[in-house]
Amino acid sequence: MFEMYFQELILTLDSTLRLATPLLLACLAGLYSERSGIVDIGLEGKMLGAAFGAGAVAYVTGNAFLGLAGGIVVSVGLALLHGFASITNRGNQIVSGVAINFLAAGLTVLLGQYWFSQGGRTPSLPQGGRFLDITFPFAEEIRDIPYLGPVYSDLLSGHNLLVYVAFLAVPLTWWVLYRTRFGLHLRAVGENPAAVDTAGISVTWLRYRAVIACGFFCGLAGSALSIALASGFIKDMTAGKGFIALAALIFAKWKPVNAMLACLLFGFLDAFALRQQGKELPLIGEVPSQFFQALPYILTVILLAGFIGKAIPPKAAGVPYLKERT
Amino acid sequence: MTAGQLPRWVDLGLIPFLNLAAAFLVSGLVVLLIGENPLNAVYYLLLGSVGSVEGFGYTLFYATNFIFTGLAVAVAFHAGLFNIGGEGQAYIGGLGVAFACLALDQYVPWYVTLPFAVVGSAIMGAAWALIPGWLQAARGSHVVITTIMFNFIAAALMGYLLNSVMKKPGSMQLETRTFEDGGRLPFLNDIFPSAGFGFAPVNLSLFIALIACGLVWLLIWRTKLGFEIRSFGANATAAVYAGISPVRITVITMLISGGLAGMMAINEIMGSQHRLLTDFVTGYGFVGIAVALMGRAHPVGIILAAILFGMLYQGGAELSFEMPSITRDMIIVIQGLVILFAGALEYMFRPALIRMFAPSRPVSA
Repeated sequence: MFEMYFQELILTLDSTLRLATPLLLACLAGLYSERSGIVDIGLEGKMLGAAFGAGAVAYVTGNAFLGLAGGIVVSVGLALLHGFASITNRGNQIVSGVAINFLAAGLTVLLGQYWFSQGGRTPSLPQGGRFLDITFPFAEEIRDIPYLGPVYSDLLSGHNLLVYVAFLAVPLTWWVLYRTRFGLHLRAVGENPAAVDTAGISVTWLRYRAVIACGFFCGLAGSALSIALASGFIKDMTAGKGFIALAALIFAKWKPVNAMLACLLFGFLDAFALRQQGKELPLIGEVPSQFFQALPYILTVILLAGFIGKAIPPKAAGVPYLKERT
Repeated sequence: MTAGQLPRWVDLGLIPFLNLAAAFLVSGLVVLLIGENPLNAVYYLLLGSVGSVEGFGYTLFYATNFIFTGLAVAVAFHAGLFNIGGEGQAYIGGLGVAFACLALDQYVPWYVTLPFAVVGSAIMGAAWALIPGWLQAARGSHVVITTIMFNFIAAALMGYLLNSVMKKPGSMQLETRTFEDGGRLPFLNDIFPSAGFGFAPVNLSLFIALIACGLVWLLIWRTKLGFEIRSFGANATAAVYAGISPVRITVITMLISGGLAGMMAINEIMGSQHRLLTDFVTGYGFVGIAVALMGRAHPVGIILAAILFGMLYQGGAELSFEMPSITRDMIIVIQGLVILFAGALEYMFRPALIRMFAPSRPVSA
């Protein structure tokens, strides 16, 4: 009996890691941008654009790494557009994010249809176009060891490259944010850009670098969807994941390690809902799948309401910086 | 970037025109990119949207949706609030319309059902905006984020209701039963049979939308509450010193905004679909942001912008029929570009225009 539950747990956690990967990458992307004071509700659009770019390039070249590069290029391009609107032109960052989501939703399908004529999909990836699962050394040999074996062989081993990249990006982001000069400036510019400016550091250039970092990670997130977890791009592939990542970012109070935990939680909810579909839970009975879909958002609203700790955004988030009156 | 540096006609006329022109220019480039002639595309777009009375009827039908969602965003703008949750509020508003129609349609004529549907949609839409509004006012949770979250919660809730509670028995589709005549608004073609609206779904809701425009104008510019809303939006700190309660204004404004968004469902559900179904909002709530921005948050501007977006919707359908390589997704691209240029890049042309129109000063220094 216990064996069976353990097996189920391993399977659920295994799919949690997969499902959390695009969320985590997009969440870290948003973290760079928002800590610098640029609010980004265009994570969804950038991810979608990247998923398409990666799917298209990987199909044409048959090379997953070139595909990844394609995804990153598209995403960084959209991020620069967001930067141009919100940093250079001091436009409304929310509106710019909405515009990017629209552009990505429309252009991916329009161009996909024009290039590949498959109703907006990219064709299924050829050999080598997809990031394959990596098996750790000795995974087969030690699978039979009770408990430790399945954890190593089934849970930790056997994911694609981007899953590991996503989880390695967490300590990296922590280090960049809290142990480098750039990170210090980044955090400062999100709280008090005037002080950063007074210290002789360019607010504009700093925020542009933050936005580019955001584009880079969104590129990884989108590529994870189309050329690692799936084999090709399909219309509206992100299906709100960018917004869940945004919710996770708030849930994590804009901190990298918390971001990982929040994404794992939201990924777990997703995995749990998928595995439990149609089954009855003890005591509660069957829970509608829509409840699990809504749960990340409900939890985030409760958090925002200040009932479980308080989520305070970077002070200058969403406020364009005006150096002097014109 | 302060107001008053430019003549009024430049601010209200030339800048929106330039922004729109830029958006359409880039759209034209996208059409070129996929190997079609942009001028032909414009021709089919206009032909489909205003080239016939029936086509224009479709345009007006879409415009009705955009008027409601545009007004919703605009009212919130005046209080300095960004209601990005029109999508969810309209979706939940559909519930109010459906309750009224499902309860009454077999017993009374449509004009008895209508007031219940209007009130129902407004109450449900407002209710969906209440929690984000209250959280913003009382606990400082940013209304943009909470309304986004509520869009997704609305989608899940409606999915659940249509899947298990309200679903028509024996149907595979996620929808309620079709309303009887008592739950259907007359089409304009029934009211004006000789006008030639044909199969266009434009219906009585158009007039409700226009009345709503008038009422919003009265509210914002001719009532004490409207003055308070605008004061709060212009300078919240000063408004509080003047004795305006921030909690009260924020909550009331969000209720009005949500109610207007909810009323969009009258047009779709009672006016055209005659049943509640999934995903009937499909972006109208978000496009409301563009409509409000282009219309400068003024009802007259919103009507004009709504017709423009209605033309895009209807003309786009015609366009994708005539030029199959330009799918309907082109419309989403154009909308994105309009939001980008008219909204986020609003100030792009300003510095150049200020240089052009600045009164020539004697050269000093």
